[in-house]
Amino acid sequence: MDAGMSMDADFAALLPEMIVLAGAITALLAGSFLPRTRQGLTRLIAITALAGGAVSAAAGLSGTVRTVFEGSFAIDTPTTVARLVICSATLLVVCLGADELGGTPRESETYALMLLSALGAMVMAGTNDLLILAVAYLLASIPLYALIGMGRSPGAAEAALKTYLLGAFLGIALLLGATILYSLAGASAYDQLRAGLVDAPAGAVAAGLVGVLAGIAFKAGAVPGHFWVPDAAQGAGVAVAAFLTTVPKIGALVAAYRLLTTIPVTVDAALLIAVLAAASMTIGNFAAFSQTDVRRLLGWSTVSQAGYLLLPVAVVGTSALALPSLLFYLGAYAVSNLGAFAVVAATGEHELGRYRGLGRRRPWLAGVLVVCLLSLVGTPPTVVFVGKLTTFTAGWDGGVAWLVVVAALNTAASLFYYLRWLAPVFRPAERGPDAVAPGPTLRRWPATVAVIAGIVVLMGGVGAGAAWPALEGALAGV
Amino acid sequence: MLSLVVFLPLAAAIVLAVLPQLPDAAARWAWVAVTAVEAVLVAALWAAFEAPGDGGVAFEEQVAWIPTVGSSYHVGVDGLSLPLLALTAVVFLGCAVYAVREQDRPRPQAALFLFLQTSCLGVFAAQDLILFFLFFDLSIVGMYFVIAGWGHGNAAASALKFFLYTFLGSLALLLGFIGLYLASEPRTFDMVELAAAAPLDGSPVAGGLVLGAILLGLAIKTPTFPFHTWLPPAHTDAPAIGSAVLAGILLKLGTYGFVRIAMPMLPEAWRDWAWVIIVVGIVSVLYGALVALAQTDLKRMIAYTSVNHMGYVVLAVGAAGVAGGTDAQAREVAVTGALTQMVSHGLITAALFLLAGVLRARAGTYDMGSFGGIAAVAPRFAVLFAVVAFASLGLPGFSGFIAEFQIFAGVIGTVPWTALALPGILVTAALFLLATQRLLTGPVRGKAADVTDLRSPELLSIGPLLLLSLLIGIFPRPLLDLVEPAAAAVVELVGR
Repeated sequence: MDAGMSMDADFAALLPEMIVLAGAITALLAGSFLPRTRQGLTRLIAITALAGGAVSAAAGLSGTVRTVFEGSFAIDTPTTVARLVICSATLLVVCLGADELGGTPRESETYALMLLSALGAMVMAGTNDLLILAVAYLLASIPLYALIGMGRSPGAAEAALKTYLLGAFLGIALLLGATILYSLAGASAYDQLRAGLVDAPAGAVAAGLVGVLAGIAFKAGAVPGHFWVPDAAQGAGVAVAAFLTTVPKIGALVAAYRLLTTIPVTVDAALLIAVLAAASMTIGNFAAFSQTDVRRLLGWSTVSQAGYLLLPVAVVGTSALALPSLLFYLGAYAVSNLGAFAVVAATGEHELGRYRGLGRRRPWLAGVLVVCLLSLVGTPPTVVFVGKLTTFTAGWDGGVAWLVVVAALNTAASLFYYLRWLAPVFRPAERGPDAVAPGPTLRRWPATVAVIAGIVVLMGGVGAGAAWPALEGALAGV
Repeated sequence: MLSLVVFLPLAAAIVLAVLPQLPDAAARWAWVAVTAVEAVLVAALWAAFEAPGDGGVAFEEQVAWIPTVGSSYHVGVDGLSLPLLALTAVVFLGCAVYAVREQDRPRPQAALFLFLQTSCLGVFAAQDLILFFLFFDLSIVGMYFVIAGWGHGNAAASALKFFLYTFLGSLALLLGFIGLYLASEPRTFDMVELAAAAPLDGSPVAGGLVLGAILLGLAIKTPTFPFHTWLPPAHTDAPAIGSAVLAGILLKLGTYGFVRIAMPMLPEAWRDWAWVIIVVGIVSVLYGALVALAQTDLKRMIAYTSVNHMGYVVLAVGAAGVAGGTDAQAREVAVTGALTQMVSHGLITAALFLLAGVLRARAGTYDMGSFGGIAAVAPRFAVLFAVVAFASLGLPGFSGFIAEFQIFAGVIGTVPWTALALPGILVTAALFLLATQRLLTGPVRGKAADVTDLRSPELLSIGPLLLLSLLIGIFPRPLLDLVEPAAAAVVELVGR
């Protein structure tokens, strides 16, 4: 046992996590020594740490599949991809928020909290143990409450409180579910759960699963843990909104995938996930229809996207495409969503109507918006199209064809609200007394991020075949 | 070579899009030049085309795209697609010439139409279902922006309706494609392989469902009754060249899907459900004609005649699936007629919509009651309108006659009760004669006084379309030589 411990305690395997953690601490410390309004250095620290995390994660692409720390943390394709996407997405968030956050009194704290929350998401994605999942949940959530409240507006305060209450409540559900599963299997590690739950009463396993999934749904922004997302997206700053609609989702969905591999066939977990998926996409879509604030619109859109992302989770083990399609969709969604938020950050406009005439004023941003929103719809040749194609195929292949039909109908319905945003962009700006006053000047950083995201969204669809082999790999510890 | 033909307009579109300083005139002429080069390139393809045997395709190019799901960039041409590629090149050239005096944001418009041209050419060249879907969807996106950006009246709402409706159809199509993929062994999205394998033969329920999804998608696009409701508003509010492309090319994407995808890949299901397709075809023919007769808006009238004309195509491909006892030759004639009808309708309807656009440009309305005696003030317009009206109603000497004659000869020979659709021809004839009479003859009335005669860009764009229709009507052989073997191959595939 002792020898096993020492062999297993492979800290080098956790290099990306450690780099991000070091980045968070360094940013926080540096921030406390720097003048309140000149904390630009901490941005550099955060960017360096995230880039380092991404590079060290990418270095693991060719590594062997294994578990470390007594099987509690998986070093495998999903972990690697989640690390890569989380670090890159957070990096883009930090860049797109550079103008918004730069020079504000709480710049360094914001970066530190983002890095910590991203770290939580990375651990969520990688863990093979219920207890670590619970810890990762807290690590991903607590910084988020602070980030949302940081805006100091009444909306931000309300959103922070709402997120906190829901997060605390569903966190307890997660702990409760973990306790049930632990007591049934006698262990919290997934490989032991897998062995121990086979003979356990199905009802009890289902109850435990529901509890843990409730917590995961909160992080994923999926039904039933979705209520906080639109409020937080609207109430928080744009960079924080971009962060909270993207990064926690990645950790949560990979965690859901891993958890589902432990559930025995006595429990129809696929149906449960499928119902949650259908509810998420439908509720998210219908709520998004009438929104006039683009941040809130994207907030609801992210709820519906969580539904599509749950589709491959519903066919864990029954379709070979499930895991690669989930991972691809996660990356595709992240870059498309961040691109849209980057346009919001670059223009500084929050009302749908204020986007009128953007095509004339800022053709590049308008082009990025078209590409990113059509990507969220799933129009080829964008990245999310490939994600949707493969998740739909996986779903049908895995036996939830009805859910694929629901997803297709929802996709068609979602076009409506994305077009509500796109349509005014290419209408000539109004003249006369009702004319919209020109908005704030263009912000450079987010505009650059937007263009990069737009290019990745286009190239990612065309180059999907090249990326695909990197997504196919076995789960560690299965 | 084929990829060059497909992507040249896109490359030009990108250049136009990123050069905001480009003078308007340069943009317009660049558009004309690129479409002219395209027409020459497609003509060269036609000249070099040699029919490949055994379900193969000519000018084939294949590059791996997403190998794990069996999807590749695979393009190629055969007798089904080459006439439609040519039609695309011709109609887009016509639009570019017609718009050579466009004042409303000509540079983005040219870029958008070039983008649209690539997406249409891509659909006809695609030999992979995902590639087909990609171009199919992009054509919808492009047309949405054409209607929303350059339309008039209630353009935003019409464009939205068009996008939502046809996007829903495309998703149904995608589901059908996924069904085909999952049924194939080894799994592939390759159209040539799927047509050879017909993977769902022997499983009537799954085959029926997949065919249902694909038919729904194609029926919305075509459009057939009862999925046509997006078409009239989209046409009414689209700009003239947008309508010409929408009716001339985009509707063909639907009917092309029947002969390219549904029939060869799902032959058993197609035969099982052929009677439904025939009935939908007959209803579309009669309903389209009767509703068109009742219209007072010229563009709405033309839009409904499209439902009627596409109904003939649906009727013919449906009859081709009726097996048992009937001779294959009649079915081949029907499919040949359907393919000819696609080309013919593309030419004639594009010309009709461009002429309707001339009326609106001069007098600001499509209302037929506002005009009378145009022949006296605008003789060239009157001549072209009369000619195109006769071509559209199927007068011998024009392509429409060749097409509709073959369709009826084929389908009545196969399924006698399809003669029920014959009154459609009479009603169409009546409505075109009525429209011609109301608009052109009698004393000059209402806004007809504002109708100045055709200018040279208009004449040079509409005239050649009609000339081609006339050429096909008098010398159909070059087209039929291309289409007949392809039609025979389709009939053989669907009959296996």
